[in-house]
Amino acid sequence: MTSPTDTEGERPGRIDAVPVRHPGRWVAVAVITVLVAMFVHMLVTNPVFNWPFVVESMFQPSVLRGLVFGTLWVTVLAMVIGVGMGVILAVMRLSPNPVLSVVAFAFIWFFRTIPRLVLLTIMGTLGLVFREGLDLGVPFDQQILDLVGIDGDMRFLSFDANAIFIGVTGGAIGLGLSEAAYMAEIARAGITSVDTGQREAAEALGMDRRTTMRRIVLPQAMRVIVPPTGNELISMVKDTSLLIGLPLSTELFFQLNAIGARTFQVFPVLVAATLWYLIVGSILMVGQHFLEKRFNRGYGARATPTADPLQPNEPVEATP
Amino acid sequence: MTSHLVQAVNVTKSFGNNEVLKGIDLSVRAGQVVCLLGPSGSGKTTFLRCINQLESIDGGRIWVDGELIGYAERGGRLHRLKDKEIAAQRREIGMVFQRFNLFPHMTVLENVCEAPCTVQGRRRKEVEAEAQTLLERVGLGDKPHAYPNELSGGQQQRVAIARALAMHPKLMLFDEPTSALDPELVGDVLAAMRDLASSGMTMIVVTHEMSFAREVADHVVFMDAGVVVEEGRPSEVLVNPQHRRTQDFLRRVTSEDDRGDDEGVRGSTP
Repeated sequence: MTSPTDTEGERPGRIDAVPVRHPGRWVAVAVITVLVAMFVHMLVTNPVFNWPFVVESMFQPSVLRGLVFGTLWVTVLAMVIGVGMGVILAVMRLSPNPVLSVVAFAFIWFFRTIPRLVLLTIMGTLGLVFREGLDLGVPFDQQILDLVGIDGDMRFLSFDANAIFIGVTGGAIGLGLSEAAYMAEIARAGITSVDTGQREAAEALGMDRRTTMRRIVLPQAMRVIVPPTGNELISMVKDTSLLIGLPLSTELFFQLNAIGARTFQVFPVLVAATLWYLIVGSILMVGQHFLEKRFNRGYGARATPTADPLQPNEPVEATP
Repeated sequence: MTSHLVQAVNVTKSFGNNEVLKGIDLSVRAGQVVCLLGPSGSGKTTFLRCINQLESIDGGRIWVDGELIGYAERGGRLHRLKDKEIAAQRREIGMVFQRFNLFPHMTVLENVCEAPCTVQGRRRKEVEAEAQTLLERVGLGDKPHAYPNELSGGQQQRVAIARALAMHPKLMLFDEPTSALDPELVGDVLAAMRDLASSGMTMIVVTHEMSFAREVADHVVFMDAGVVVEEGRPSEVLVNPQHRRTQDFLRRVTSEDDRGDDEGVRGSTP
């Protein structure tokens, strides 16, 4: 029975072995349980937490407005700007056209280097730089026209700098431009991760460079781009607290701080802010999970659904 | 020149200091099947890629259907074609790759329909019907909604053939289409290629499949070290090679074929 040659009588059957024991894990669980219990005890008994006040402040109208219009809405706008511009910048950066490549490089270099708080603070003061509004037209137009002896200017488009660079618009532009620089690097990594054979196959079918990028390369780059973009989105939610530099006051953290300053309940409002960021961040993480599944279509090991003759027409969707 | 669908004259190509094509001449008439044979590194794949401009050539000229590839001749000078013009020339030429290069994010049917729809702007319904016919022709009529990673290598390569055919090319290029396949899957792909050859398609095939070259090719070209060593009918070049390098190569490949019967290795060069 025990010797490998002695299998004549009875062939070895199903294995019923003793699993490896992990006593260390049980010790760790015990220690962690005690620590968690101590933490909960503090949360419940320490009067500084003032839970009724935490909940009350979380649902103040000014806080909710700040959450929706400052934190969430600016996040959405900034990410739309960031992802859109980022992908364009990445394609420019990888373009064989040296002009596009250098312009993209300069943009990325500038906005990756400037801290977001500094960038937003500068944007808030641009109203002072462009006191008479922001004009697009011929450079040195008035000087030239003065030389010729004509009054007037050669400007075609004018903006009110104070309207653009402050408030929600300013916040979205500032954070969006900064985000575009980071997204460009993420998108570039995604694009270069696509096998060169894919581009060759598309070009051999007569697709031009633009169609190849749009139909073949970018969709495949997405599975590399999406996970870090989810991280960027969650970072962006947090970075909206920097809008105070602009300054934009309809924003979650600013509003909670204001309540804290008014009522001297400084600590509970910080707990309220932490809870809101935890809630929003958790929801986004769940969303990110499903998005990643969606873009992993056609990759990796998976049951073959086409083997099922009853549903031959249904392309594979990620199982819920 | 007009009687030839493909005409290459004195084509040269270097990668850095390494001259991989040293003046290749090749003529292919419409409906002909030409096999390019030769040891690894002889330049046959590079030459094939030059025909549809996946590589640019340094010297010589290539015409496909009377049209100069990659350049326009105006006022006695050659002008490099624009991206869009190069893309337009490639539409006439189908290519099948060693590693299939199917689009993994699309189903089989979407793979086949992609270029006719986006490049030629044809109607999706009409293209899909034709794509289904093409898939049936290569024996995959039951797999239109599978993703490439659900198919075997041989099935993927047949989808790749259908994908190239959907563009109605005048010429099909095959770059070692069976070299990445398990031995038992080679037969189906070769059968699809045979079927295509008998339908009158002009084909240039880089291959190590001697039996395919012997039975299907109208013309075989043996290349070594960037030059054409010998060419002619397969019954001449493969059976009674004149050149020593051809003889050496064929002896090596044939002995490997024999060994392959024992070990399941199929005619690839060392």
